[in-house]
Amino acid sequence: MAGRMDAPPTKVVRLVQLGQWDAAMRVESIWQCVSCQTCSARCPKLVDCAGVMDALRQLAFERGAASPAGRAVMVFQRAFLENIRRYGRLNEIDLIARFKGEVFLKSRSLAFLFRDAGLAGQLHKRRKLHLTGEKVRDRAVVERIFERAGAGGAA
Amino acid sequence: MSRIGVFVCWCGENIARTVDVDQVAEACGEMPGVRCAQNYKYMCADPGQAMIREKIASERLDAVVVASCSPHMHLKTFRRAAAAAGLNPYRLEMANIREQCSWVHHDKDRATEKAIGIVRTAVAKVRYNHALSPIRVPMTRRAMVIGGGVAGIQAALDIADAGYEVVLVEREPSIGGKMAGLSETFPTLDCSQCILTPRMVEAGQHPRIKLYTYSELESVSGFVGNFEATIRKKTRYVDMAKCTGCGECQKICPLKRNPSEFDFGMGMRPAIFMPFPQAVPARPVIDKKVCAKIVRNGCGLCEKKCAPGAINFKDQDELATERVGAIVVATGYKLYSIGREQPSAKTTGYGEYGYGKYKDVIDSLQFERLISASGPTNGELKRPSDGKIPQSVVFIACVGSRDNAKGLPYCSKICCMYTAKHTMLYKHKVHSGEAHVFYMDIRAGGKGYDEFVRRAIEKDGAKYYRGRVSKITEENGKLIVRGADTLAGVPVTVETDLVVLASAMRPADGVERLAQKLNIGCDEFGFLMESHPKLRPVETNTAGVYVCGACQAPKDIPESVAQASAAASKVMISFSASELTREPEIARIDEQTCAACFACERTCPYHAIERVELRARNGDLIKRAARVNQGLCMGCGTCVSVCPSKSADSEGFTEEEVYAMVEALA
Amino acid sequence: MNFGYYPGCALHGSSDDYEQSIRACLGALGIKLEEIDDWICCGATAAHSLNHKLAIALPARNLALAQRQGCAEMLAPCPMCSGQLLRAGQALASDAALRSEISSIVEAEVNDGPRVLNIIQVFERVGLKALSDAVTKPLKDLKPACYYGCLLVRPPAVVGFDDAEQPQSMEAVVAALGAKPVDWNYKTECCGAGMTMASPETVLELSGKILANAAAHGANCLVAACPMCHVNLDMKQAAIQEYSGARYDLPVYYLTDVVGMALGLSASELGADRHFVLAREA
Repeated sequence: MAGRMDAPPTKVVRLVQLGQWDAAMRVESIWQCVSCQTCSARCPKLVDCAGVMDALRQLAFERGAASPAGRAVMVFQRAFLENIRRYGRLNEIDLIARFKGEVFLKSRSLAFLFRDAGLAGQLHKRRKLHLTGEKVRDRAVVERIFERAGAGGAA
Repeated sequence: MSRIGVFVCWCGENIARTVDVDQVAEACGEMPGVRCAQNYKYMCADPGQAMIREKIASERLDAVVVASCSPHMHLKTFRRAAAAAGLNPYRLEMANIREQCSWVHHDKDRATEKAIGIVRTAVAKVRYNHALSPIRVPMTRRAMVIGGGVAGIQAALDIADAGYEVVLVEREPSIGGKMAGLSETFPTLDCSQCILTPRMVEAGQHPRIKLYTYSELESVSGFVGNFEATIRKKTRYVDMAKCTGCGECQKICPLKRNPSEFDFGMGMRPAIFMPFPQAVPARPVIDKKVCAKIVRNGCGLCEKKCAPGAINFKDQDELATERVGAIVVATGYKLYSIGREQPSAKTTGYGEYGYGKYKDVIDSLQFERLISASGPTNGELKRPSDGKIPQSVVFIACVGSRDNAKGLPYCSKICCMYTAKHTMLYKHKVHSGEAHVFYMDIRAGGKGYDEFVRRAIEKDGAKYYRGRVSKITEENGKLIVRGADTLAGVPVTVETDLVVLASAMRPADGVERLAQKLNIGCDEFGFLMESHPKLRPVETNTAGVYVCGACQAPKDIPESVAQASAAASKVMISFSASELTREPEIARIDEQTCAACFACERTCPYHAIERVELRARNGDLIKRAARVNQGLCMGCGTCVSVCPSKSADSEGFTEEEVYAMVEALA
Repeated sequence: MNFGYYPGCALHGSSDDYEQSIRACLGALGIKLEEIDDWICCGATAAHSLNHKLAIALPARNLALAQRQGCAEMLAPCPMCSGQLLRAGQALASDAALRSEISSIVEAEVNDGPRVLNIIQVFERVGLKALSDAVTKPLKDLKPACYYGCLLVRPPAVVGFDDAEQPQSMEAVVAALGAKPVDWNYKTECCGAGMTMASPETVLELSGKILANAAAHGANCLVAACPMCHVNLDMKQAAIQEYSGARYDLPVYYLTDVVGMALGLSASELGADRHFVLAREA
């Protein structure tokens, strides 16, 4: 992944070592990171780079300091969590609608809105499109878990 | 009643600034048994020592307390002064009122009070101090060196040249060690064999060096000056005396394709072989694991061909004993294995570099053999998989070293230098070739070392990338090396023909067992422990056993040789007298009260407890008892603490003395 | 043989072909799955990216539910889920204070949760010998590139499964079916994972390299054990081919598909007919 990154993991970790949290939080790389864990598995100094990325994403999220590209990822992940908070399980159609809708409101990109739209038919053909997602029975407890974990309204 | 003299030192301002020395001297004058108490600005200087000598004579003192600095500093000085005035030196005691008082306190009144207390304990103790005399142990002026690499050879030659006999034990069939297999050496690029083989021959022919090759230390008993070593001579199947080293057997042996240990598997050798043509001794051995005669009673061609009849298939291991006074350990190193199978659970292999799955990923010692004129390819660099000359080579530093995840956090120290050397030697052989180096830091401290690395980069054009290699894969006969260039901040992919890993240095196999036999320590990685990292770098915690070379820590040839000479000189110092003098402040056991439970024997870390039988004149057994071997005891006092019958005591710190000190403060 | 079963959202969503495959395949082996009652989402990447506590609490709730159900071993076929479950389990096991805090957050006592297994481990429980004995249609013509992806083997300290750099366990399973797994280089590289929506180019590039390497090493299909990887390699394969200009047409099977086929099940029984890239002539 490092090839696509604006700052390689070494630079991100360096900023953290120097305590430059603000700079570290604004780096695009933390949103490009796919959490593949390769860096953590191979670091000779036992630095959990993937964990550092997680921590920075969380920090950026809490302080609203994400980079522009980061915001798209964050929008998706927030939509994901919101989805879980509501239904207890992922409702794919709801997630996609919410994510696309929110990005569209910001970017006004129709291309983005309809990209992958063709897949819907394909999925439907393969009985993979589930318009009504699953819900857990005890949704109230999920709501309470989110509340107690400090992710109530924020997600 | 004792006649004790107390001498209080000012240490210039060091003590006097914080401690009222007049008051201390005055208080001491009042203490029981004190005949006189004086103070002086510099007690250790000549006038101070003269004052002590004069008072011992004029006041007929039978004990002395010097209240000054730490005994580490000046105990010997003052004891010499006391001895010069005719007082037994062990009747002099020091009270440390500097490190333990004036340097660590500010309040003068309370510091003075404390100083008086410290002196009071010393005065109480010295009344009971026994007059002791140094212990004399006979010294066998003959040394054993374990390991016949460059360090062992150097130590053996130095000791032998000084006129003493040396027993040199090497477990491989030839001496020479790792250095014999190296191509050229940094930072001068002189040929390793050219400088080493004359030394090997010298050691082999030296009238005072007795070589035991293909031999291992079985056990050691005794103590400094009086070791008895048992050496196992492994079965060679070749009569060393009859063999002329003609080499006919190697030519006729039909089993020629066994991976050569000396070439680290880069070349092949027959079942009967000399590891390399310049071997010392120039005598072959038979590999009993592959020889057809030994495995299934076939072949036997070498036996038929050997004109002097030196082949002996009935040969067996032999044990030899040697008496020596000192032992030098120089067992060297091996390289960390990147393979999945690791010798200890503490380390893991390099799956990302293929665990040794790719033939063209080799380690640095294998590369040395591939570029060595004496190597399997006669110095022509051909890669192992298909024999092609690599047009590009990637060198990776810190493989294993400085890698906490793999279990070896230390720096192997020499890899930066030999990697630079490798790039040069490669470029000198393949002018159009590309040398790529991935490194974490360049550590080139040493005379001419950094210049050498710069030469590799600037003159020979090696491409250095600061960053690690993340993964190696193989595609169509090319190795794909993916790594990072952290200076440019970009990932790098290099397609290459050969990868050389600068694997970490680790102590040679079996070093832990050897350390146990010699009762010396090793660190968590198996490197042997020196007695003090700065001031006793070649001594160990067992008297008479010394270390040198890479068995102690990663080091290069110049350092190994220097350390070998240092160890040799320590041996020669101990050989300079026919007897060994040791401090008498060691344990003693009252054999009359000893209950022969031997708890002390089990706990003594120095194996200094012996079992004795006390017999009447007519030979009847009276009782058994424990006795302290005066050559081995280090005076640690462990036996005193475990003895249930209170029969063990430490001279210089007897229970009587220690209780007197405690009571003096009560 | 019975196992607790945590399907996770993907297997009840667009990757329900994987669940179909698992149920058919394990059913044929006589393995019963007891689904955890009213399980909830593990939180996935979103939780561990945005809220550390949630990333522990969500899996912890599931571990507690499984425990309540009396299940000792639980199959979590999605490596993202199993990774999250394992990570939470380890965090809770080593920290009593966290355990009590999380227990009150999720309104259930979490102690020794069940042992979480991935699908390969289930086959290892069955035993490769027993598996091989059960084969009715040996997969002689199958040359799969076994693809582990990230989370089956990483981080090694969490999953503690196989060898993180040179895994072989999936190869061992497919070899027991008579297939000839190829030796290739991208079996633990990332496919782009959850970037499918947020950063599609990432997926096209990373997954493209994986398909290219598998094809270059003579594979005639891929075998995966992760719903996300399957989406990226199968559903996105057409897009990848368009993006890179290369054609692979490599069917991507779930491990349970190939086991099931060797046991004599049909593609439609396994749901393998619902994949995007289908074998040319099966």
